[in-house]
Amino acid sequence: MSENIAFLAQLLLTGLVLGSVYALVALGFVLIYKSTSILNFAQGELLMFGAYICLTLIIELRIPFIYAFFLTLAFSFILAVLLERVILRPMIGEPIISIIMVTIALSAVLRSLIQIAWGTETKVFPRIFSEEPIRFFGLFIAEVHLWSLIFALTCVVLFALFFKFSAAGIAMRVTAFDQQIAQSLGINIKRIFALSWAISAIVSSIGGIILGNINGINNALAAMGLKVFPCVILGGLDSILGAILGGFSIGILENLAGGYLDPVFGGGVKDVAPFVFLVVVLMIKPYGLFGKIRIERL
Amino acid sequence: MPCGLFHTIYKTDERIFKTVWVRSWLVAFGLFFLLLPLFVRDYLLYVTNMIFIFIVGAVGLNILTGFTGQISIGHGAFVAVGAYTSAILTTKLGIPFWIALPIAGLFAALIGMIFGIPSLRIKGLYLAIATLAAQFIIEYTIVHWERLTNGITGISVPSPILFGFVFDNDRKFYYLLLIFAVMAVATGRNLFRTRVGRAFIAIRDRDISAELIGVDIFKYKLLAFGISSFYAGVAGSLWGHYTNVITPEHFTIVLSIDYLAMIIVGGLGSIIGTVFGVIFMILIPELLTTVGVLLKSTFGEITTLISAIKGLVFGITIIFFLVFEPDGLSEIWRRTRDYWKLWPFSYR
Repeated sequence: MSENIAFLAQLLLTGLVLGSVYALVALGFVLIYKSTSILNFAQGELLMFGAYICLTLIIELRIPFIYAFFLTLAFSFILAVLLERVILRPMIGEPIISIIMVTIALSAVLRSLIQIAWGTETKVFPRIFSEEPIRFFGLFIAEVHLWSLIFALTCVVLFALFFKFSAAGIAMRVTAFDQQIAQSLGINIKRIFALSWAISAIVSSIGGIILGNINGINNALAAMGLKVFPCVILGGLDSILGAILGGFSIGILENLAGGYLDPVFGGGVKDVAPFVFLVVVLMIKPYGLFGKIRIERL
Repeated sequence: MPCGLFHTIYKTDERIFKTVWVRSWLVAFGLFFLLLPLFVRDYLLYVTNMIFIFIVGAVGLNILTGFTGQISIGHGAFVAVGAYTSAILTTKLGIPFWIALPIAGLFAALIGMIFGIPSLRIKGLYLAIATLAAQFIIEYTIVHWERLTNGITGISVPSPILFGFVFDNDRKFYYLLLIFAVMAVATGRNLFRTRVGRAFIAIRDRDISAELIGVDIFKYKLLAFGISSFYAGVAGSLWGHYTNVITPEHFTIVLSIDYLAMIIVGGLGSIIGTVFGVIFMILIPELLTTVGVLLKSTFGEITTLISAIKGLVFGITIIFFLVFEPDGLSEIWRRTRDYWKLWPFSYR
């Protein structure tokens, strides 16, 4: 019996770690959607880009991890601002299908560029945290997992504070609420758009670096960007709190489904369970837990 | 409409091919395609056959996305449903291709309609995400329902036989696929001259207004999903019997995105544009492959690089079209045609 509980607790814990990464990526995703109404299919590529840059800085240029980390964030910032200015700003106000397609195309471009630059083999981060599992109330948690969790939670809290108290954060919230109101208050919404993309790319690349430390990185990391959809739909497409809660829930759900249903269905349930859940949520509560319900007018 | 063309009776006004010129071009075009296999190499026929199959699927997606406005990122999965249905029927139950093909289409339509049900409550972005989920769920089912689908090993599919005639090479298949492509384009074009087709367009343009003027939104949205998936299923079935082997790898989200790219590049809500889009998006990667083969002697093995460049070109093409020519190739075609029609007097 207690073995069962330990198994459950272990699954929950791993789910929490994975969920923290999902929460970060989902946060980036919702940020872009909220302020620019763009559904970003290239989120996974932004994540992959961050991971690869960080890896190159550490391995090729032998920069210590902590500096490499901040340099990566700077690179992500530049990339995101460029993308926003060159490709996405002309798309504002275009039909939904165009916006979806442009980010899908963007993801193809980024993925190919990454493939050209870094190849397709899995690359492993140098050990920064020890592999030795830590015992924790009878549960095992790898040190790297523990750090990921702490790291992700810190980021989430920091961004929550940023949105609550900083001038830029408040301006972003106003823009998300109503662009006209924001403009009449003297907020430069073009700068806000660029800022949203920048922050989104930064949080994604943090997620990428964490994942890279856990599993190593390869092209498959981009699939992470699609996993974010169940999280944001559960939380509501335009809710930051929802994205974070959704991220954690989907991480845990995925692990529970993997742990308990894999023997029944023969493997791989982990990858599809979030999407089954997604369809259920869409049928029952299409705007998610905290999403704004749109009232249609003619 | 060309100048100097006056319709005095409804019959001429409702024609698809309105002028003698268009009709004679059509005949020339038809003859060209009938005689093409006599002059070209097998490789080119293979590419043409591929184009025909994709035309069938892409017309289906354009009916759903371009004409009805329901974005689907799961079209590849419905193609898979058709391919697998047809493969299982012909290999496990020994049903001939000619019966399996329509059943594959109908079954894909059924599955498509099931995944279309959420479109009653959700639309736009949310629907796009729901179809994305459909893509993953169907893919998972195919990979893991091993007793039926053989999982990742796939199924080897027999070539179709009609009255003892075996369609087992590119040349024989060419005419079969030509017929299907022509049928797909013709039915697609004619659909929008009917009540159903006009209801689709009304839903795309303003769904609430459509409902107010008496269009049963749910019924027609489901119907759009059904028709679109029927085309997808037929395309899948043809693909399976043409390539003789199907594996889940072919039907990933990449296929769905390819289909979307084709109709975007061709022109949403344009049947002729669909054809252009398919040709364009198939020829570009084939061209790059050829270049890769040519460069092999000088640069050695660069297949991985070429595959990355294909992805790059794919993405850049779509971005280019979306930013500079959102109405796609069909709009370029219309402008060019008008230019020559009015030349040298560029005013109307």
